[in-house]
Amino acid sequence: MADKEATATEEEPKVLTDLEKVGEPIVPRKKPNEIHPDELTGSIKIPKVQEGTAAGNKPYLCKSENMEKLGFPGDLREDWHDAAIAKMGDLLEKYKSLQVYMDICVKCGSCTDKCHYFIGTEDGKNMPVARAELFRKVYRKYFTTEGKILGKLAGAEKLDLELLGEWYSYFHQCSQCRRCSVFCPYGIDTAEISMAAREIMDHIGVGQKYTNDIIVKVHEVGNNLGMNPKALKATLESTEEDLEEETGKKIRLPLDEVGADVLMVTPSADFFASPHVESLLGYAKVFHQAGISWTFSSAASEAGNFGMFIGNYGQMQKVASRLTDAINEIKPKRLIVGECGHAWRIAYSFWNTLIGPFDSLDPNFKRPQHICEYTLDLVNRGAIKLDKSKNDHIIPTFHDSCNVARGARMGDKPGGQFTIPRDLIKASCNRYVEMDEETIMEKTFCCGGGGGLLTDDLLELRVKGAMPRMQAFSKVQESHGVNFLALICAICKAQFTKILPKYGVGMDVAGGVHQLVASAIDLGAKE
Amino acid sequence: MTALFVVLGYAAIAIFLVGVLAKVWKYGTTPSPLKIPQTPAPVTATGVPVRMLSEVVLFKSLFKSNRVIWLAGYVFHIGLLLVVIKHYRFLFASVPAGLSYFDTFEMYPGIIMMGGLGLLFLLRLVVDRNMFISVMTDYFLILLFISIALTGTLAKHFYRVDITQVKQFMMGLISFSPMGENSAFPTETIFIIHFSLVLLLLVYFPFSKLMHSAGVFFSPTRNQVDNPREKRLVAPWAADISGNTVVSVKEEAAEAPGQA
Ligand code: SF4
Ligand code: SF4
Ligand code: SF4
Repeated sequence: MADKEATATEEEPKVLTDLEKVGEPIVPRKKPNEIHPDELTGSIKIPKVQEGTAAGNKPYLCKSENMEKLGFPGDLREDWHDAAIAKMGDLLEKYKSLQVYMDICVKCGSCTDKCHYFIGTEDGKNMPVARAELFRKVYRKYFTTEGKILGKLAGAEKLDLELLGEWYSYFHQCSQCRRCSVFCPYGIDTAEISMAAREIMDHIGVGQKYTNDIIVKVHEVGNNLGMNPKALKATLESTEEDLEEETGKKIRLPLDEVGADVLMVTPSADFFASPHVESLLGYAKVFHQAGISWTFSSAASEAGNFGMFIGNYGQMQKVASRLTDAINEIKPKRLIVGECGHAWRIAYSFWNTLIGPFDSLDPNFKRPQHICEYTLDLVNRGAIKLDKSKNDHIIPTFHDSCNVARGARMGDKPGGQFTIPRDLIKASCNRYVEMDEETIMEKTFCCGGGGGLLTDDLLELRVKGAMPRMQAFSKVQESHGVNFLALICAICKAQFTKILPKYGVGMDVAGGVHQLVASAIDLGAKE
Repeated sequence: MTALFVVLGYAAIAIFLVGVLAKVWKYGTTPSPLKIPQTPAPVTATGVPVRMLSEVVLFKSLFKSNRVIWLAGYVFHIGLLLVVIKHYRFLFASVPAGLSYFDTFEMYPGIIMMGGLGLLFLLRLVVDRNMFISVMTDYFLILLFISIALTGTLAKHFYRVDITQVKQFMMGLISFSPMGENSAFPTETIFIIHFSLVLLLLVYFPFSKLMHSAGVFFSPTRNQVDNPREKRLVAPWAADISGNTVVSVKEEAAEAPGQA
């Protein structure tokens, strides 16, 4: 008896620090085998609002060592409350988006059923406006006359540990996909608010492990996957050998070749992850066939840039500036970016601001150019030939990556980001099927893993957030026998490869657009 | 009585104007450090006003999203617009030609406005998602607008408040000679309520979500041109941290209204 009592006292619940309280899920995280995705019926139902069903979704906290490496506090700051409010004030002065979006939401409800995480988790706080309200409550309390006078009646609330815990949870249940913005009468972009919230949290010592560890890895090693230049070289060489075996041709995967015409920047996952590498082979075959001199760079061996996900301008710029080094070293004429959603948004929309102007590059070409823009142009000019019949066993559909669809463009005309990848798929395959129009182009649903959420501690969220896309996919799978989900995003590829099997769909169904190009391309004609 | 409402009237108008201008100034001067148009977006500066107009005049995105909310919001705003126009006689000494046409609508604009408001209120009550996001001030604003429309309609069409007297009072206010012989404040209760509620609305306006009326023009996702590869944007604060060159604010402003 006495013994038992002694153990009981020893097992007293561990006292959590304030930081741990913020990072601790309110209900325990589910194990992978406890996550049960919805049945695939082909239709997307808007759920009844539930409370707290997603409150268990919180990613792991970033350890102090890496927080400090990024210039953030290693622990929850003593004065975290005041520091958070001060940072909020700072951001309100720096970002017109944030300032305007804080004030002008009329709570019309238009966005409430548009977020894949709400549809998947049914948690009311995952409705875009409710997510934004977590931020707005605090804004009202400290920055508006209305909130100071009317308090709760106006939806104003003090920032306390509990609310901070909700911030940590729900601002990491937004993939910053901007779908809500499309349907808002004022274009209120919840992604901007999530970014600001994460930036504030980082500044008081509450950081997310996955995103922040990756940024540290980029600074220290050069890419998200932590592959050093030596390993990269070795990987490319062995892939080159495989390629020669497969094709009988000497198709090169050059690295750091000074003076190459094209500098190719791609997400590091392309170098060896599956199915990413299939697209990499596609790029190589296209360059080979076009007869152009090109190279990867070990300095810029990562197109992705998680600085955006944490809303930190400085980090985003620091990551992007690796490219400046690469350009100075290699002195290319052109810059081409591989298949990656958020990377293309940053390359297309932000690079010129962050590290431009690209005066040393040839102004006759877009600076930078997307690989789909480049390849389709070659096809249209007849510079490369694609034999569609080689893909006759494939019935593809295309998933518009949200960052490309709503945050960037390809080509000269608005909407080129929709037509160019589709035209390229159609040039590679005889058949093509479109998913439901409510789920494509500017209305596309995120894969569920974007925005810095592609981590296993958020697996439940990822499974549930993928549901709308999975329903739309299963519909065309049923009706048209679609067997290939064509992607142009490294995160989408990783996410679907993991999530498809959970829904009972084979993971080989997911692949890149340049995987289709790779299998259709005619490698003989030119030699 | 007249003196009291003259003072209240001027105070409310002053708060409204200063408040709105201060907010607009803030929206206009806060920088946008990055290009974040929600694409597909216009690729030229001339396309931006077209996009903006389709939102402001037609509520295009709302229409795409939810026809019921669109209908409720649209009907309310149309009613409101007509009602405001119908107040023309209180603002002009001599009535501009053509405006009297709006008198033929009789009390319908007010009823249309209340219909839209009623639907907006109902949506908050019956749609669980809308209920979840609504707080007191959201309900209050709808009720305030309904009360204004209702008292206005009653004053004009049922209690037949003396229009000439209202006009003379208003002209007094507008011409900054409010205490003239003929411009006494009309003392019908229904009018006093109507007028007071309008003053309350004016005072609350700049501090409330009603600022969407001005803010919509400053929304970067909708007012930016999709040309980041061609035109470099750098906000002054961002230039400071990076040593980047600054694009002049003037140059930016020329590109799109409210974008600097
Ligand atoms: S659609 Fe826009 S205005 Fe309406 S509730 Fe959502 S964020 Fe607010
Ligand atoms: S940006 Fe995307 S993930 Fe975030 S709230 Fe909007 S719809 Fe949801
Ligand atoms: S991973 Fe793909 S679908 Fe998901 S947020 Fe990124 S671009 Fe969008």
